[in-house]
Amino acid sequence: MTAAARASWARFRGGHFFGRHQSFSVVVGMAIVTAILPFIVLAPPFSGFGTQTDFVDGFSQAGVWVLLAIGLNVVVGLAGLLDLGYAAFFAIGAYTYAYGASPYSGNHVAFWVMLLVGAAVAAMAGLLLGAPTLRLRGDYLAIVTLGFGEIVPVVFTNSDQYTNGTNGITALYQPSLINLSLPIPNLSGILPNLGLFQGSYGFGNPWPYYISVAAIISVVMILAYRLQDSRLGRAWMAIREDELAAASMGINTVTTKLLAFAIGASTSGLAGVYLSSKLSIVSPTQFGFTVSFTVLAMVVLGGMGNIWGVAAGAFVVYEIQSQGLKQLNVFVGQYFPNGLPIFGHVDFLTYQYLLYGLALVGMMLLRPEGLFPSRRRRQELHDVEDADAANVELVEA
Amino acid sequence: MDAGILTQQLLNGLTIGAMYALIALGYTMVYGIIELINFAHGDVFMVGSFVTLWLLSTIGVQNTVNDPVALVGLLILMFAFSMVVMGLVGVLIERFAYRPLRRAPRLAPLITAIGVSFILQNIIQVLYGTAYFNVPQVIDPLAGFSFKLPSFAIGGFAVTSSLVTVTWVHVFIVVLAVAMMVALQVFVRRTNLGRAMRSTAIDREAAQLMGVDINTTIALTFFIGSALAGAAGVAWTLNYGLTKFDNGFQAGLKSFTAAVLGGIGNTTGAAIGGFLIAFIEVFSSQLGYSRWSEAIVFTILILVLVFKPTGILGQQVAERA
Repeated sequence: MTAAARASWARFRGGHFFGRHQSFSVVVGMAIVTAILPFIVLAPPFSGFGTQTDFVDGFSQAGVWVLLAIGLNVVVGLAGLLDLGYAAFFAIGAYTYAYGASPYSGNHVAFWVMLLVGAAVAAMAGLLLGAPTLRLRGDYLAIVTLGFGEIVPVVFTNSDQYTNGTNGITALYQPSLINLSLPIPNLSGILPNLGLFQGSYGFGNPWPYYISVAAIISVVMILAYRLQDSRLGRAWMAIREDELAAASMGINTVTTKLLAFAIGASTSGLAGVYLSSKLSIVSPTQFGFTVSFTVLAMVVLGGMGNIWGVAAGAFVVYEIQSQGLKQLNVFVGQYFPNGLPIFGHVDFLTYQYLLYGLALVGMMLLRPEGLFPSRRRRQELHDVEDADAANVELVEA
Repeated sequence: MDAGILTQQLLNGLTIGAMYALIALGYTMVYGIIELINFAHGDVFMVGSFVTLWLLSTIGVQNTVNDPVALVGLLILMFAFSMVVMGLVGVLIERFAYRPLRRAPRLAPLITAIGVSFILQNIIQVLYGTAYFNVPQVIDPLAGFSFKLPSFAIGGFAVTSSLVTVTWVHVFIVVLAVAMMVALQVFVRRTNLGRAMRSTAIDREAAQLMGVDINTTIALTFFIGSALAGAAGVAWTLNYGLTKFDNGFQAGLKSFTAAVLGGIGNTTGAAIGGFLIAFIEVFSSQLGYSRWSEAIVFTILILVLVFKPTGILGQQVAERA
């Protein structure tokens, strides 16, 4: 082996084949996950819960939340700004698509163009909100974003003549640029349902959505990793740890925070465009505080600051929420037809937010760095504890 | 112009504002002492209204109570019960969700607060469902008196006056809320415990060195704040006769806005903010923008924070790392 080949192999082993930014590992990782997921669900116990098509449809829905979590991670995890109105940008992206591609507006711009337009419009909204408010301290910023998150659905609900009010805009055009017919032979005899890889976007066929969302996530993830390791990313983390120190090191805190806000918002807008094209409907009720909160929960549970971590967190939380609790009902119903001992008949879906709440409180108390923490973040959190423990000992001594 | 309608709306605003102010006091006290936005506070208020519903259905009150002695006794029971129960709930929340995180990064207790808010909502949702609940209005909601302002004209500008109705419920709520605020002021300014609260808010370590028991003081703050929210919950059922599991979110948000508007950490400011928010809400409805009232309230919040982040009565607080 030549020295050059050895060096590139070493870089490959280290997951840094294309530079330090993990682009290669993201592409390979996402490809493996995307390829394996549809087949895992064919095996028990998952196969008992639904058809492969149902699962793939669910996965493409989960992709929306993965995107949202990666975007919010930039704002909360990297820059340390608490954004409680994240759903507002999600709504803005979705409505942008509704204007760009629906019979309601009369326009029909291609989906892939609208992805960029939606992201740009959402980023603009992020800048507009952020510019006057980002000088505020952490808690106040949280409240302002919360207020903004409440205002946006009210505006979309009440501007009837532009948004069709509470009914929302329906019959959005579905993507059509790529009519996916991959050159895969129909192996349905060997691998069931692989023929579904072919065909166009539509309600009955989740495969094109599944593959496109995987592609979108990969791109966003690569961008997120590159940002995190850039000068800007380091500036975000510096601000998160100590804004005053960061400012005195020459970081323009307002611009840096504004960029975090805009970039987070643009990812949310992207997710909004994708979701509205998939559901083919937008209405103001889809974008309440619950959405902002759920994404925050995903980021916190996954591990703030770790991109793979929050993506995994979002996926797990979404699947538990949409499939797990439902299946738990079925499961308990099968084995305890007369209801659980002591508790009686329990509908686990109604306890969803209770479980969320308990998970959040428990997580903060026991493992504040999340399930899959970023190395730096964990060090920081535990350093604080150690320092505090030392202080307490001093005080008590 | 109709001076009657104006006065009527002013009175309505006063009633709603009294309830917002009671809730806002809890936000502002907790923020003042541990710098935490207690997101669960709005839901404490909501649970307070359901505690009242439970109490009334348990003792079998289904309608307006007309006997004055029985009514006074019932009202005292309702307020005492809801305030004590919610105060204890507040202390429990502080003990298990916030106290262990006192030294954690600022984001951590904020996230548990949102978690607690969801837990409280979900518990009520499981126990009572998601529909609106009718709570018996023990004070006759229609009883009261009405008066007419004089009509007059200045130059060519005619001011008419329609009938203004003042109901006893409104009078009761406003008087009670003001009495509670005055009592709180006296408590905070005149008693030893109040002094302990103020000194803890200013400098926790120094207060501790002076012999203040920090844990008890913070727990007491949560007790008082949550008890006031419980009182607001009772007042809400008296006024509207309705409650719902997600009532606390909107009311809590508006009350928090009120606290910020008045200057967070300042109890007088919270009261002023509560009335202001209510007036904004009532008058935007009167002008035909009721569907926009929420958006207007939050826009004003954002504007206030941008131009005067300390609120109306707030003081500049040094940034604490």
